[in-house]
Amino acid sequence: MKPKTIHIESRTERLIAVREFISAAAREFGFSDEEVSKIALAVDEACTNIIKHAYQFDPGKKISITVKPAERAFEVVIHDNGKNFNPADVQAPDMKEYLSHYRKGGLGVYLMKTLMDKIEYNIRPGQTNEVRLVKYLPR
Amino acid sequence: MSEFKIAQRETNNVSVLELKGYLDAHTAPKLEEAFTQLLTSQRYRIVVNCKDLSYISSAGLGVFMAYIEDVRKNAGDIKLTNMSPKVYNVFDLLGFPLLYEIFKDEGEAVRKFFEKGR
Repeated sequence: MKPKTIHIESRTERLIAVREFISAAAREFGFSDEEVSKIALAVDEACTNIIKHAYQFDPGKKISITVKPAERAFEVVIHDNGKNFNPADVQAPDMKEYLSHYRKGGLGVYLMKTLMDKIEYNIRPGQTNEVRLVKYLPR
Repeated sequence: MSEFKIAQRETNNVSVLELKGYLDAHTAPKLEEAFTQLLTSQRYRIVVNCKDLSYISSAGLGVFMAYIEDVRKNAGDIKLTNMSPKVYNVFDLLGFPLLYEIFKDEGEAVRKFFEKGR
């Protein structure tokens, strides 16, 4: 399977196209329907964060999403040129504390970490921000 | 594109929202609007039927979090029903079953409002 890329405008109505792109690639790579859903959700969350926080809903901006399949690793690399952010600010919330205080927001980061095996942020101020999400095929 | 729809009806003085399609950051404002209207008209007994809900992301889950406190302060509740295993898994990953009552069947959720005065 070769690497594939989709370019989208920074608009929430494009999330459905992102999920379809990722689902097709993950299915082709060999994941079960359940795993395919998890990967598509994690990538939706990552793109939603970029649209909301990095681009602050500016619809003229662009996001690129590349699928890079390796031997057993399904890697999704997402690039944007938005406001860079400190990964320390995107810590997953403590869900027990979260639910008991009816807090809002931050759920996407928690989901991404729970759904994927590895997440890395490569923040390059003034250049391109990169988020890498990895899921391994079960043995 | 009609990727998400909400149908609303009343049964035994309980408001039922039927969700259909994909609930993500794009469509979540529609659900917010539906909850805002219910609260404005002081309807605090709410059942959300997820039978035809194909997908939910954190933006959709965040909507439930945003309204539950106000609803419960007014002696009401948001009860969820008829979830597919795929949608339930997302709620479960976030521990939402601890905070929300989730039923297999809508009738069961409606009846629950009339037990112990809830």
